[in-house]
Amino acid sequence: MLSRRDFLQVSCATAALLGAGRPLVAAAAGQKVTQDDLLAFEPLGNVTLLHITDIHAQLVPIYFREPSVNIGVGEVYGKPPHITGKAFLEKFGIEKGSSEAYALTSVDFQALARTYGRVGGVDRLSTLLKAIRAEREGRTLFLDGGDTWQGSYTSLKTGGADMVRVMNALKTDAMTAHWEFTYGTDRVEELIDELEFAFLAGNVRDTEWDEPVFDAISTFERGGVKIAVIGQAFPYTPIANPRYMIPEWSFGIREKEVQRNVDKARADGAELVVLLSHNGFDVDRKLAARVSGIDVILTGHTHDALPVAIEENGTLLIASGSHGKFLSRLDLDVRDGRLRDYRYRLIPILSDVIEPDPEITALVEEIRGPHKDELNRVLGRTESLLYRRGNFNGTFDDLICNALMAERDAQIALSPGFRWGATLLPGQEITVDDVYNMTAITYPNVYRNEMSGKLLKDVLEDVADNLFNPDPYYQQGGDMVRVGGMGYRIDPLKPIGQRISDMVLLETGEPIDPAKTYTVAGWASVNEGTQGPPVYDLVSDYLMREKVVNIRPNDHVKVAGI
Amino acid sequence: MHALTRRQVLGAGAGAAVVAGVGIPVSALADADETQKMIKEFAGGAAIKEGRVELDMPEIAENGNTVELGVSVDSPMSESDYVKDVIILADGNPNPGVATFHFTPLSGEASAVTRMRLAKTQNVYAVAKMSDGSVYMTKTTVKVTIGGCGG
Repeated sequence: MLSRRDFLQVSCATAALLGAGRPLVAAAAGQKVTQDDLLAFEPLGNVTLLHITDIHAQLVPIYFREPSVNIGVGEVYGKPPHITGKAFLEKFGIEKGSSEAYALTSVDFQALARTYGRVGGVDRLSTLLKAIRAEREGRTLFLDGGDTWQGSYTSLKTGGADMVRVMNALKTDAMTAHWEFTYGTDRVEELIDELEFAFLAGNVRDTEWDEPVFDAISTFERGGVKIAVIGQAFPYTPIANPRYMIPEWSFGIREKEVQRNVDKARADGAELVVLLSHNGFDVDRKLAARVSGIDVILTGHTHDALPVAIEENGTLLIASGSHGKFLSRLDLDVRDGRLRDYRYRLIPILSDVIEPDPEITALVEEIRGPHKDELNRVLGRTESLLYRRGNFNGTFDDLICNALMAERDAQIALSPGFRWGATLLPGQEITVDDVYNMTAITYPNVYRNEMSGKLLKDVLEDVADNLFNPDPYYQQGGDMVRVGGMGYRIDPLKPIGQRISDMVLLETGEPIDPAKTYTVAGWASVNEGTQGPPVYDLVSDYLMREKVVNIRPNDHVKVAGI
Repeated sequence: MHALTRRQVLGAGAGAAVVAGVGIPVSALADADETQKMIKEFAGGAAIKEGRVELDMPEIAENGNTVELGVSVDSPMSESDYVKDVIILADGNPNPGVATFHFTPLSGEASAVTRMRLAKTQNVYAVAKMSDGSVYMTKTTVKVTIGGCGG
């Protein structure tokens, strides 16, 4: 393991790099970036880990705005990744207006999106992978952190098969999972059979015999180094997503199991131990502090993108963003069974400057071709920026909430605080493709219920605690539930039961009465047998009627105490 | 670490009482009190120490109706030094008593697994009594959620 001293030296070296020759900083405000700039990297050591996570089935370039609000509580208050905007730029010495500022923050997002264009696209990703593999022959390992098979029209229509084809073609070495499980037990098993690489999830056990369901560890040899990759699926899948779809599988962080697997890997001769995790960043940081022997945790789930590796108790934590927007390259020098040094770069996949790999472009066209008419069908147009990511209501969420209330004649709408969903710029047409990028789930029915004011408060408190519990092990990693038709005040640093106040029904301006009932429309219920139209159809119908939407940022959620 | 002064303890106690008065229903208070009473009775006057007992439970329950629980106590389990009894208590259930496990040196190891129902988010306690009368305890919090939208 690296000692703290080793890490300090490494950090100094990194700092020097930041100051002097940090490749991307060369791209000053508005300056043209090239593919070579994105690939620039002074190689180090004998192993290169390549990591991507939370692609959410985004095959083609999109826009994706990073959050402007990402609050950390307890020990992580104000620590990365819980800094945003200008504070983020200052913390990491990133120049305002640079391509890095565009990729990593929401500062000047609209203007920079016009300058730097779309991000992601698996054919661009493939180009980068091939270039790095050629440069580091026999030394690379390409690992996928999961949330790969879900999040688009084609992933939903093909039951995840489109992404399995793509990830096979990209020669992935191993993956772990979360949303993959929302295709249900049978489909997950079918797709795993199609994989040409390992599906790892050491923290899933069957509910009947308490035995492991999936492989936990895969071993590789790269650059003469024996590497163990341990997979950690999203621990709260059966709580955050429908348990009835995977009734025989039980999850959990299972910290002791992680330690046992690390010890086993070391005993079997692993010189480098990597945890390919879908825990979420804060959970992984706590895990790193409590489990010994992990060299690198490739984090996922919370969609954080950090330009540096974070050190915790001798473990490096890597945060590679989401939606195919970034590829992480981590060069490692492993000698005599010890990690000696590292160099890291979070490479933004700026679609316009990367030559697409024609082989993968053709595969994407083969996948999307049969659905082309529907994917490109225009439903309306937006005059404002539409996005989701952030702790509280995004503008696309408000659009969905408006649709829920209008189409289901409800006073209040609840929309899940998912962290996935592509961004649309003002003036863009809204297509079926775009609506599915925000709503493509296997339990899409929009319910209409009556709820008491008390229940509404309990729901908000419960979800807020999933996000703001000071102990990361009690967090589920989604953002706050989005609310339409109702305003509220939230004090994230307070304990459960005391965070939510001043709930008000917007149509009348009256306070929410705990004893009164309200009509509520919502989607993504984890309860079996939820009745109602699929959310993507409902939102599409609404958009076709509205034709043009213009959503101002939500000012009905008041954040206090921060 | 400095030891808490009497003043700090009193201060903390008062703060806790205020919070309890505002946020926690009376019935929960009664259950929590009942749990502490049962622990004291089980200890039979012995000092309650930390350590040796391990409670293995999820941080967040997947299904509050059936939550897995594993308990183990570090002990040689010899004729002269073994674990006699382990009680499991849940302070937010209508009746805090969950299970009592009895062991003998012939048990080989002091460990047990079972499943329990948890009505809501609460603390679960495992208290072990050794053959010499000493008592060890650990506790964990298990969250039972009503809604979830992680992702």
